[in-house]
Amino acid sequence: MTDNNDYVSSEPLIEIRDLYFSRGSNQIFKGLSLDIRRGQVTGFMGPSGTGKTTLLKLIGGQLKPLDGKVYIQGQNVNAISRSSLFELRKRMGMLFQSGALLTDLNVFENVAFPLREHTKLPEQIIRDLVLIKLEAVGLRGARKLMPSQLSGGMARRVALARAIVLDPMMIMYDEPFAGLDPITKGTIVTLIKQLNNVLGLTSIIVSHDVEETLSIADYIYVISDGEIIESGTPVSLRKSSSEWVQQFLNGYPDGPAPFHYPAHEYIEDLLVGR
Amino acid sequence: MLDWLQNVGKKGLHVFESLGRSTMFFLLILQGLGVALVRFRLTLREIYSVGVLSLVIIAVSGLFVGMVLGLQGYVNFAKFNAEESLGIFVALSLVRELGPVVTGLLYAGRAGSALTAEIGLMKTTEQLASMEMMAVDPIRRIIAPRFLAGIISMPLLAAIFSAVGVLGGYFVGVGLLGVDSGSYWSQMQANVDFSGDIVNGVIKSVVFGIACNWIALYQGYDAIPTAEGVSRATTKTVVRSALAVLALDFVLTALMFGDI
Ligand SMILES: Nc1ncnc2c1ncn2[C@@H]1O[C@H](COP(=O)(O)OP(=O)(O)OP(=O)(O)O)[C@@H](O)[C@H]1O
Ligand SMILES: [Mg+2]
Repeated sequence: MTDNNDYVSSEPLIEIRDLYFSRGSNQIFKGLSLDIRRGQVTGFMGPSGTGKTTLLKLIGGQLKPLDGKVYIQGQNVNAISRSSLFELRKRMGMLFQSGALLTDLNVFENVAFPLREHTKLPEQIIRDLVLIKLEAVGLRGARKLMPSQLSGGMARRVALARAIVLDPMMIMYDEPFAGLDPITKGTIVTLIKQLNNVLGLTSIIVSHDVEETLSIADYIYVISDGEIIESGTPVSLRKSSSEWVQQFLNGYPDGPAPFHYPAHEYIEDLLVGR
Repeated sequence: MLDWLQNVGKKGLHVFESLGRSTMFFLLILQGLGVALVRFRLTLREIYSVGVLSLVIIAVSGLFVGMVLGLQGYVNFAKFNAEESLGIFVALSLVRELGPVVTGLLYAGRAGSALTAEIGLMKTTEQLASMEMMAVDPIRRIIAPRFLAGIISMPLLAAIFSAVGVLGGYFVGVGLLGVDSGSYWSQMQANVDFSGDIVNGVIKSVVFGIACNWIALYQGYDAIPTAEGVSRATTKTVVRSALAVLALDFVLTALMFGDI
């Protein structure tokens, strides 16, 4: 795999080792191990409900694994004190699936929020920083709007501006493309790429949008059923011999990947109570 | 039988679990109070929404309760030719009991339910989670200022309730039924004790403030993050706060005025 050489050369920022996690009786991760390398865009793909959002929350230390370790810059996220975890989080941005803007603050104040909480910068500098980030996502003109007045795509862009306002070392995107029109999708793709290259960020993208993810990721993990099914660069992934991966990438309805949540036999279920 | 035992055990564990969680939550709020004091602007904003916005309902209720007290008191005192004592009766009932208790009940319905719904919705829309990911502790930034604001507001609201109630009693007793105005005020002044009555009333309302806000904020913070979960939590807040206020009132009254 020659096209992997470039990838392997940079050192890992995040190392996940033997991660186990479950929700009730639903085992979500069964011994997951992987590396996320510095300065690159790493993509996670997989069917809905496999635990992609859960994985981001485990990396951010919001959920505790049953077993296994998550290291960020060599620190075990679950073993450090709450204040060191908070220090670490100041350098991690996260874009939630829903945007998660604070509904009682307007767009400007939402983006200014981390600055006001964590710095004592003068008002003029805060204003400049916020406007720079809002300009980057194309919403400088929307600074006075309240979150309830934004469309889903605009809310996500504001959330993106907020996630980068403290100039983090890494950023996690949960479904950044879901439900966006092609133009906005295109801008977000370019934005993620630019942020990654210009600011030297490490980016993690969770998405089912195959084309967009393949086009910006340097490395991709395909997960299903709590395990890594396939990993590699976009080029090697497209050439993958796994039927499963081919089905997922091309969206064939039939194949080894189940579309259904585990259930009893359909016929039996329908006949119950007859 | 076994099923039944298992069920009781499960319910029991659940009760203890939530007792433990709410106690932890309370301790975390206490830790966060420092921030709420230092960044008092955050608290001021909340005093506006839980305190100032409750003023109308508190004042109107206080007026009516005072008027009813004036009427009932007059009807009964008149039988013994003791109408001049109306002022004492109205003031003591309000300051010792009705002021703190009714304010507590109204507060739970007006402000407590709003707090639960607000926090519950912030949880549902992942605002609390996103704050945590921005390294901001939601208990310090969101919960503690609201808690402090509630505790500051409650005694003030109770005092307003009692003051308006005394005026309501005056209006009915003196204005409509012809009790002597001088004796209404002078009897009140002579017989309402500052440390015995006023201070005890204030202590009650502070205790109710702690209970109502703790319940409201905990229910919101612990709500199941769905529309149904938040609506259930809001109902629980009102019911539990009302019960807590009445039960605590009995305990406090027994301690303060019961001579036991
Ligand atoms: N709070 C929760 N309580 C119980 N189970 C949960 C909870 N959150 C998620 N789950 C379960 O965990 C599994 C993984 O959820 P997760 O949100 O991580 O999926 P996902 O891969 O992000 O899916 P999607 O692509 O649809 O966003 C799902 O099967 C879901 O049922
Ligand atoms: Mg998800």
